[in-house]
Amino acid sequence: MLKYTLKRLSYMVVTLWIIATVTFFLMHLLPGTPLKNEEKLPEHIKEQIMEKYGLNDPLPVQYLNFMGGLVQGDLGASYTQDGREVSGMIAEGFPVSAFIGGQAVVFGSIVGLLLGLIAALKRGTWMDNLSTMIAVFGISIPNFVLGALLAYFVGVKWGILPVALWESYASSIMPSFALALVVVAIISRYIRTEMVEVLDAEYMKTAKAKGLPRRTVVFRHALRNALIPAITILGPLTVNIITGSLVIEQIFALPGIGEYFVKSIVNNDYTMITGITIFYSILIVSVIFIVDILYGIIDPRIRLSGAKE
Amino acid sequence: MTKVLDVKDLHVSFNTFNGEVQAVRGVTFDVTKGETVAIVGESGCGKSVTSQTIMRLIPNPPGFIKEGQIVFEGQDLAQYSEKQMEKVRGNDIAMIFQDPMTSLNPTMTVGRQITEGLIQHQNMSKQEAHEKAIEMLRLVGIPSPESRIKQYPHQFSGGMRQRAMIAIALACQPKLLIADEPTTALDVTIQAQIIDLMKDLQNKIDTSIILITHDLGVVADIADRVVVMYAGKVIETGKLDEIFYQPKHPYTWGLLASMPRLDQDDNTELLPIPGSPPNLLNPPPGCPFAARCPHAMKVCTEQMPETTEVSTTHQVACWLDHPLAPDVKPPAGAVRGE
Ligand SMILES: Nc1ncnc2c1ncn2[C@@H]1O[C@H](COP(=O)(O)OP(=O)(O)OP(=O)(O)O)[C@@H](O)[C@H]1O
Ligand code: SF4
Ligand SMILES: [Mg+2]
Repeated sequence: MLKYTLKRLSYMVVTLWIIATVTFFLMHLLPGTPLKNEEKLPEHIKEQIMEKYGLNDPLPVQYLNFMGGLVQGDLGASYTQDGREVSGMIAEGFPVSAFIGGQAVVFGSIVGLLLGLIAALKRGTWMDNLSTMIAVFGISIPNFVLGALLAYFVGVKWGILPVALWESYASSIMPSFALALVVVAIISRYIRTEMVEVLDAEYMKTAKAKGLPRRTVVFRHALRNALIPAITILGPLTVNIITGSLVIEQIFALPGIGEYFVKSIVNNDYTMITGITIFYSILIVSVIFIVDILYGIIDPRIRLSGAKE
Repeated sequence: MTKVLDVKDLHVSFNTFNGEVQAVRGVTFDVTKGETVAIVGESGCGKSVTSQTIMRLIPNPPGFIKEGQIVFEGQDLAQYSEKQMEKVRGNDIAMIFQDPMTSLNPTMTVGRQITEGLIQHQNMSKQEAHEKAIEMLRLVGIPSPESRIKQYPHQFSGGMRQRAMIAIALACQPKLLIADEPTTALDVTIQAQIIDLMKDLQNKIDTSIILITHDLGVVADIADRVVVMYAGKVIETGKLDEIFYQPKHPYTWGLLASMPRLDQDDNTELLPIPGSPPNLLNPPPGCPFAARCPHAMKVCTEQMPETTEVSTTHQVACWLDHPLAPDVKPPAGAVRGE
């Protein structure tokens, strides 16, 4: 297991290095400069600013400086928000984004798991049909539509939950819910499909022939095997939620990363764009890493074959 | 000779879109203590359904016991609730399935798959069960069981998995072991090893065995008695010698003639039985073998023959056994010379 983990970890570092490098050079290929009102600035001031941000250094030097900062967690200073560090701004916005996204994934996975399990065990009953309906609903309605509908009805019309801003826990409920529905839908479908297949497997008969009670057969023997594919999808799904949250944050006017990201693109704020891109990459790669590890824990075939190499 | 199992007039059907599939249509046989009974017959004749019904493993719906009794140690299992059956399964009656590749749980250690039955039925602590599991693995001939016990099924070869299955099945020392084609999925050399192992263990723990197989060579090797099934019915049953040397039913003749023989070195042709068994959705009223039987008479298609006694241990269901029927001799390829 340790070997497997280390192997995954080294893949992760290499992936991040490639992403950081590509992002860095892409930013430098883009036309335009981050300087506002460029043409009105006197030449010597322009020169001064370029100097301050190190933009006059040869590209390899800039790259090395950038990478040096990166390993220390320094993403540079924002070009447009004077005197503010990119990492500081991320540190400010991320907890909000992480909270609503994380809550959505956890809630969505638990509800999806239960729904899928019930559907598989009660195959062909109204409960199965209901779960299918919820899944279709969850997959076909985009989260921003749901978010807007929720904001209007639950927030504005009925006044049950706060419509916008980040004031108390209640502020997180609607945005998380809007994000969670697709998780519920996808996880429940995966669990149902897998559960139905696993319940028909030969080893289920073996387990039953041992005289194990039904609940042991279902939870100890079936569920574990049915979880494996659902866990693989959890990685991409979490990523999906994280990116999806940019829009949801706008709808509910939440002070998350989404706001900074949108602003930085509009303003050509290179360090900010690079910083957020890299930050998201780290997040996504970490999620995939964690999922890989979980996968290895649950499925001994993966764990052991990974270790052999 | 005490009867361990007494199956009486068992009928099992499945409800399908096309109607009721009568998979088992009045099966009667018994198993006495320490005995090995082989069930043979063509694919689809109801061997697996019969054996799984004894363990009440047939999913309901669509399957159901229509009629009959499964008397195990004086109790009718056909009437048992699911809770009562849980105490019987794995403890008094155990089962081995055909494909050891798919019948073990891939994400659970072999050890745990053995111990969970012990913990369930024998009130053992984890530690006791662990020791017992190692002992079982050693008993079924798996080398270095202390380290093997921690491994997963995919780290075992096919033959070893079937050995592990046998260890699981025999862990609680069941009174009856049902093996449904335990060697079909294995290499020929491994097949012989597994059969030898079963024989050996049967003596050690004194269990009765129901062995389902297509392989008459295996039957000759291990069985005390043989039950020949055809289209959901038992058409002939008798001691091993009676079936091999005095077969009475034309279908049994056909089966024997289609089996390769070691006792004859001439080139007697192997004759598969032409035709196919009847549709169990709508079985014929008479003898189910009539359409393929070279000796079929008028009465055969109209009425199911009664089961008659050739001897106290040998029964057959065929009109040829009727006193008024013509005297038909089995073909030369079918009967073993003594
Ligand atoms: N779930 C089911 N639904 C409908 N019919 C079934 C079902 N299970 C078994 N049958 C039918 O029952 C009959 C007997 O099947 P069974 O599996 O007992 O045959 P078998 O003698 O074990 O054959 P094989 O040698 O191929 O294993 C078959 O005709 C099959 O179509
Ligand atoms: S009853 Fe008739 S058809 Fe059936 S096996 Fe006997 S002779 Fe053949
Ligand atoms: Mg079968």
